[in-house]
Amino acid sequence: MADEVDGCVTPSAGPIEIGPSEKTDQSIDRKEVSMTLAKVGKAAPDFELGGFHAGGFKNFKLSDYKGKWIVLCFYPGDFTFV
Amino acid sequence: MAVAANFGEMKKLEVEVFAISVDSRFSHKIWVEEELSKMVDGGIPFPMLSDAGGRVGEVYGVYDEAAGVDIRGRFLIDPDFVIRAMEVMTPEVGRNVAELIRQVKAFQHVRKTGEVTPAGWQPGKPTLKPSPDLAGKVWKEWKPEKIS
Repeated sequence: MADEVDGCVTPSAGPIEIGPSEKTDQSIDRKEVSMTLAKVGKAAPDFELGGFHAGGFKNFKLSDYKGKWIVLCFYPGDFTFV
Repeated sequence: MAVAANFGEMKKLEVEVFAISVDSRFSHKIWVEEELSKMVDGGIPFPMLSDAGGRVGEVYGVYDEAAGVDIRGRFLIDPDFVIRAMEVMTPEVGRNVAELIRQVKAFQHVRKTGEVTPAGWQPGKPTLKPSPDLAGKVWKEWKPEKIS
């Protein structure tokens, strides 16, 4: 791990918008961006998030795993009891 | 955590697992190293993602704004990137991994065969082949099981 450089804040894209997005205004508020909500039978909303895996930090993009079965498990927080 | 303990089964089914909470990567690291590795042999075998601010949780309908956390939600996505199943629960009750594994097996079976699986189906149990002839005749093929 000696050579690993990792700043305190590494940005990740979060939810990734699908469809045309020609907006160039940098000041756009995220809330204004219309996101497709998750629904059964519909395409999974794509995202990129930073994560911890196998001793290191890395960004993971959901659509990189297209073609595989995927399970996402959201949970309320580290160090909780259930 | 229970998913981690049953990861062998998920691996056999070739399922990629991601755990997601609003905690930072650093928090994930310390939780895995200091606690989870002592509860699950070999620690957590899948990536733990950091959904800062619940941005992704919001899109998946699991972000609780009042508490500022992603509540328990489980999503099964097929190789075409289509969501096949979701289960969202308030935090007090944990998940049932056996049911997740059952659903994965059932969806994989359906995908492979084009058959459909009745309620409570387990591998090896009868399936149904949807056709016009089946209408009104399901009772011949299948009866619901009673929970003992």
